[in-house]
Parts: sequence; structure tokens; C-alpha cells
Amino acid sequence: MIVLGRSALLLALVLAPAGVAAAFVGVRRADARWSAVGRRVLYSLFGVLSVAMIVLEAAFLRSDFSLGVVATHSSTTTPAFYRATAMWSSQEGSLLLWVWLLAGWASLAVRSGHRRVPEIAACATCVLLAFALFFVALLVLLANPFAQLAVPPAEGTGLQPLLRYPAMMIHPPALYSGYTLWTIPFAFGIGALVSGRLDAAWIGATRRFALAAWLALGFGVLLGARWSWSELGWGGYWAWDPVENAALLPWLTGTAFLHSVMIQERRGLLRTWNVGLVLATGILAVLGTFLVRSGVLESIHAFGASTLGVPFLAFIALLVAGSTGLVLHRRALLAADGRIDSVLSREAVFLVGNLLLVGLAFVIFWGTFFPLISEVATGRRASVGPPWFERYTVPLAIATVGLAGLGPLMPWLRASPARLARAGAVPAAIALATAGALLAVPPVRSHPAALATIAVGAFAVAAVVLELLRAARVRARASGRAMPHALAGVVGRNRRRYGGYLVHVGFAVLLVGVAASSSLQHVRDVRLRPGDTAAVGGYDVRYVRATGHATREKLSLGAVLEVSRGGRHVATLTPTRGFYAVEDPRLGPVDRYFSGEATSEVGLESGLGRDFWTAVEPDVQALRPMIAGIDRRFPLASGASQRFLLDAVAERYRRFPPPAAFRLIVSPLVAWVWMGGLVMLAGALLALWPAPHPVLRRARLAVPRALRAAGRA
Amino acid sequence: VTALTAAVLLAGALAYTSFSASSEAREPSQLVDAEAGRTYQLTGVVAPGYRRIGDVLRFRVHDRGGGRSVTVRYRGSVPDPFRAGREVIVTVRRDGAAFVGEADSLITRCPSKFDAAEPA
Repeated sequence: MIVLGRSALLLALVLAPAGVAAAFVGVRRADARWSAVGRRVLYSLFGVLSVAMIVLEAAFLRSDFSLGVVATHSSTTTPAFYRATAMWSSQEGSLLLWVWLLAGWASLAVRSGHRRVPEIAACATCVLLAFALFFVALLVLLANPFAQLAVPPAEGTGLQPLLRYPAMMIHPPALYSGYTLWTIPFAFGIGALVSGRLDAAWIGATRRFALAAWLALGFGVLLGARWSWSELGWGGYWAWDPVENAALLPWLTGTAFLHSVMIQERRGLLRTWNVGLVLATGILAVLGTFLVRSGVLESIHAFGASTLGVPFLAFIALLVAGSTGLVLHRRALLAADGRIDSVLSREAVFLVGNLLLVGLAFVIFWGTFFPLISEVATGRRASVGPPWFERYTVPLAIATVGLAGLGPLMPWLRASPARLARAGAVPAAIALATAGALLAVPPVRSHPAALATIAVGAFAVAAVVLELLRAARVRARASGRAMPHALAGVVGRNRRRYGGYLVHVGFAVLLVGVAASSSLQHVRDVRLRPGDTAAVGGYDVRYVRATGHATREKLSLGAVLEVSRGGRHVATLTPTRGFYAVEDPRLGPVDRYFSGEATSEVGLESGLGRDFWTAVEPDVQALRPMIAGIDRRFPLASGASQRFLLDAVAERYRRFPPPAAFRLIVSPLVAWVWMGGLVMLAGALLALWPAPHPVLRRARLAVPRALRAAGRA
Repeated sequence: VTALTAAVLLAGALAYTSFSASSEAREPSQLVDAEAGRTYQLTGVVAPGYRRIGDVLRFRVHDRGGGRSVTVRYRGSVPDPFRAGREVIVTVRRDGAAFVGEADSLITRCPSKFDAAEPA
């Protein structure tokens, strides 16, 4: 089996350069036959990499510890679900997943693109194969997942416990799909520059892929935030960590791109800007992949010492230099045909929105890479913290939400101020009313940024909803149908537009959630004994009793907490901390559970209005004498006897619990972050959903008619 | 022109505030001459034998390559992956011979993901 995987990778290393060469000849000689060869090599590459994926996945499921990656990232005690996902917790496995997804998405894009824009697709094939070549070369030469151990261990080290969360199944593949999908508009953008076909054709051919990339990346980021909130024991969903930022960067420039291409499609403007944005987005996607693996920046996401830094940097430098060179070379062709007529137009709003999004991306880029920037400038590594990020991102984000409401009110070309005032009056009034109502709430009053975000968010939601209702009313009047029917008709006919509007609503809801939960939350760190009560944010939390429970995989120690408000029961929460064994024969059978990894299982009560979040850190010191005693007496306990000893420790903790440290958080409107995110995803799916093709629709109407006619004849 | 001016202003503000608001990342051996009242980003490896007294955690951090170490007092809960032998980053302030960590500033690198080689 392993031989099969290894041969598949070697074959990929032969196929990729051959494909690049064939595609290159195809572009150079403008020969469709060579381009077709390149395309087929790309499809075969996907097939070959699929084989490698299956072999590696099977090795993880079978716990084949002769493979180094399996031995260091999985174990027989790791549950099957997590054995299946452990593959992408390793450097090697995640790189394979990356290039496999790349080959898959690229095959799809090239298959559909070569009919619509043959010259551009030919060049894009070459670019995408070159990407694949780079990653396959890394896999084979520097991070081979099929490297075998001389002496396979009897048991593996297991999957890092922090990664044991259901989202592990989808978070990495979603993020990587986002990253790899962004390389497709990138490659077609390069194709457009090389072939000189700089009209909107390349944009049309990759529109769905850009939207899918945006969707997948956004979904991945959202899942990561949710993971952080409900699994990691620190009590937040965003930390401005370099790896989080790295995923947000291409998402922001990609959002700008999805808007500004509409100006090019409609008006032929902003060609340089669009090409620049898509190239930047593609490069930022590779940069995001690189950051997780390089160790150049300090981050909570594990970057150990890695050998991949230099090749990645060289690759990124090549991408930047090549892209810049191509844009300069084609600057004459990129010149616009016209200009924006009025500041009161949709294109002007899009342009300002673009500047805000790129500004946001630039701020985050600067802050993320500041340790490197300051090292170059001053010789010392220094970093900036969340307050620095928030100083810039908060006003920029508020302005962006405002535009998300303003955009749908603006017609293309130019708006009459009177009409705009009419359309904007009600949303503006709703925003003012919201602000007024919030001013009466004391805690909100002292957070002007949160207040402004919520008011502007209300404006955006109201503007979009009223615009939708207006369109539906017009249709209902014209067709004589009921409002719900008319509404469905309006949305169904113009999915791209109304999908976009739905995204705007979701974005506003999400930012309202972020503003409220970050400004108005109450956090308390306390030490409690059973029976003690602590107050946080108007709630009382009573530590009822300790819990202790042992399984083969881990020892869980925790607490039962009663949350009440004004004497009324609100929730019973059971935060625990799981202690996972480390496979170290020098340690005693119980001690090895307390010397390995430990993770928090958060006690969470979610609601529409607020989340109640709790984590516990049991004081293990008090158990130390008992553990040492047990390990001295039963140094060789294993299997059932080891389990028995663990049960004894758990029992002891339950009956004589020492004081435990708790973190208690009451955070308002956190659920709105997830709801807003889901609405955004739904909007993107709506926009992606294939609209009935006009010709097909006519055919569907015509065929039954013809049949009826034939039946009459 | 407006956009360009805005961009230049933003870039200027970014550069200025980031240099003035940042705190330097230093290893324990570079903290010998640390001034009281300034904050530093201490990075290094947690030494074995850390202790929790009440809700204060006392631990020592030494240079990645071994060598000098400093004592840190940290109040509050620590991230899940925190333990001896792990790399941490924490914002600290000098307090006599020891350092006091700022609440919520402790970050632990989580080691198993994408490590080239995990030290046993």
C-alpha cells in the first residue's frame, strides 16, 4: 500500500513538470493540441494525487505506525473520526491535502474555462500546473508523507487534543479550498495579462470560482472562530493571531475584487485595479499557507522549526515579481475606456468600499508583519497587540457596513439626490432611532464605537430589506401575484444581486455581534470551593460539586456550576479539563496523564441575547502525593488495572475537591456573529446557485408546447 | 487624489502608531537591563517546576537555547497547551528581580502541529 502512495507522489513529480512544459509550448506556439495535453496532464495529476490521498488516509485509519506521520499524529486510542482527520494536522498531510484540492479545483476550472476563453485558459493551465509542481516538489523532497520509520513504534503519540473538535473535519479543508480556489482567478488573471485579452471575459470565466473561494475561505475562518470560542479555554473567538489574520487578508482583498469586477463587467473601468487585486489575493493565499508552516512569526498556531521557509519565500518573491512585471508590461492595454460619472453612483460606492477593504487588509498586513518590519527598520523585533489593530479596523469596519447599506440604494451611472434621499430616509431614521434607544442603556453609552456599529448595522439591514421589499412590490403589482410569490420571483431571477444583498445583511449582523460581544462582555477569573458563589455580569454562579471521570483516552476533572439570575435558575454548566496521556515509559501509569496535554472542555450556554461561557482549571497539585504513591506501588499497571487506578484518582477528586480556578464570561450577542456568518454564507450560496440558463429556459417552455402541438396533429 | 492622500495618511499613521505602541520581543538574556515601568514581550521556554499559589502562577522562562532565565508571576488562567518545555510569549513588566505578566497576554505555542521534529 505504502509503495503505491509513494509511487503516486513520484509520478506526480514527473507529471507536473511535463504538464507545465506542454502547457507552456501550447501558449508559446498558440497550439491548441499542446494546450490540450497540458490540460489532460492536469486531470491525471488530480487522479494520481487522489490515489496518494486515499493511501495516506487508509494508513491513518489502519494506524499504520510504520509511517512517521501516522506515528507522530495518531494513535490507536484516538477515536476513528479523529484518526480520519489527523492527516491534516501534520505538515506533510496538510500539504498533500492542499495540492490535491488545488489539482481538483484547477481541473474543474480549466475544464469549463478552455471552451469560453481558450487562450487565457491555456496559460492558466500552465500557471496552475506550476503551482502544483511547487507543492508536489515540497512534498516529495522536503516533507514526504510516505517516509517510513526504521522501527515502527507499538503505539503512536496521538492527535493533539486541542484538535479534537468536530470542526476539525471541515475547518482545514474549507480553508485550504478557499486558498486553492483563489489561485484560479489568479491564474486566469495571469492568462489575461499574457494573452493581452484584458476585457471582462476572464472575469466571467472565473466568477463562480472567485465566489466559491470567497465562500470557502469565509466559512473556514468562521469555523475557526467558532472553534476558538467553544473549545479553546481562553474565552474569545478572535485574537489577531498571525494565522487568523493571514486567512482574513485574501478574504478582504477578495471581497473587494468581487465588487470591483462588476464595474469592469458593466463599464469597462478599473482594469488595472482588478488585475492587481486578483494577483494580490492569489499571492496572499499562498502567503497564508506559508505562514502556518514557516515559523517566521510568533503565533498560537504551532509553527515549529520547519525547513519549508526558504522555498516558500522564493516562490512568493517569484509570484510578486512576475505579477508586477506583467502588469507593467501590459499597462497600455489596461488603460480604462471611460471614467466614473458621478460620486452619487453605485460604481463610486463600490470604489470607496474597495478602498476601505484594501485599507483594512493593509492595516492587518502591517500589524501582522510588524515584527519583521520593525526588525528590518530598527534591528529589534517588536509586535503590536489587539488594541493597535482595533484602533484602525473598528472605524474602517463601521464605514464598510455603512456602504453595505448604501450600495444597494445607489443606481449605476448616477443617482438623483432627491431619489437617494427618499430611498435612504427610512433606513437613516431606523439607524437614528436605534442609536437613540441604545443611548438610554448605560453600558452601551460608554462604548461609542459599539453604539456606532450597531446603529450603522441597523441602517444597512433596513436599507437592504426595504430595497428588496420595494422590488417585490413592483413585481407583485406587475404580475398580480401575492407578495411572498413575488419576493421569491425577484430573488430567483436575480440571484447574484440578491445573494449579494443577503451577504450584506449577514455582514451587518455579524459586526453588530462582534461590537456587542467585544465591548460589553463581563469576564471574571475566580477561585472557588464547592458551595462558593461568584457574581459576574448580573449572574450568580455557584460551584455545586466536582466531577471526575476516566476513560482510556483521558482523565476528565471538572465542575458542576449552577448559574442563576435574581434567584432564578438559568443554566447548569459542566466545564471540565481533559488530561491526555503522554507515551513515555519513564513516567508512572497515572503521572503520564498529568504530564501530557490538557485541554478545556468549555461549559457553554448559548442564547440569542448572550452566551454564558465557563472554563475550569482544577488544582492538580493537591493530587500529586496520591499520584506519586500510586505510581510507586503499581509502576507497571496497564490496561484494565491502569484504568482502575485512574478511576481511583477521579473518585478522590470528586470526593475531596481542592479549590479550582474558573474563568466566567457573560458575552452579549455572540450568537449574532455565527448567525450573521451563516446568513453571509447562505447569500453566497444563493449567488453561486446556477440560474436557469436563458436558452434552456426557453427550451423547457418550448418542448412541452411542441409536444402538445404534435399531440394535436 | 483624495484616495491617494487618504492612503498616504493611513500609511503614515500606521507606521507612527505601530512603532510607538509596539512592545519589543526579548528573550530572558536580553532582559538583564530591562527598565521598570516599560512593557516587554518575553519569549522563551517554560522551565520545569512551575507552581500555582492561589490564583498566581509562578514560572521561570529561559532562552530557547538554554541559559539565563527569569521568573514571571502571572495572574489568571493560562492557555491549554501551557506546560514545561513549551515556548511562550507573554507581555511582562519588571517588578524587582522578577517580572509580572499582564493579564490575558500569555500565548503558548502549540507544539504538535506542523513541527519538524518534536523534542521527546
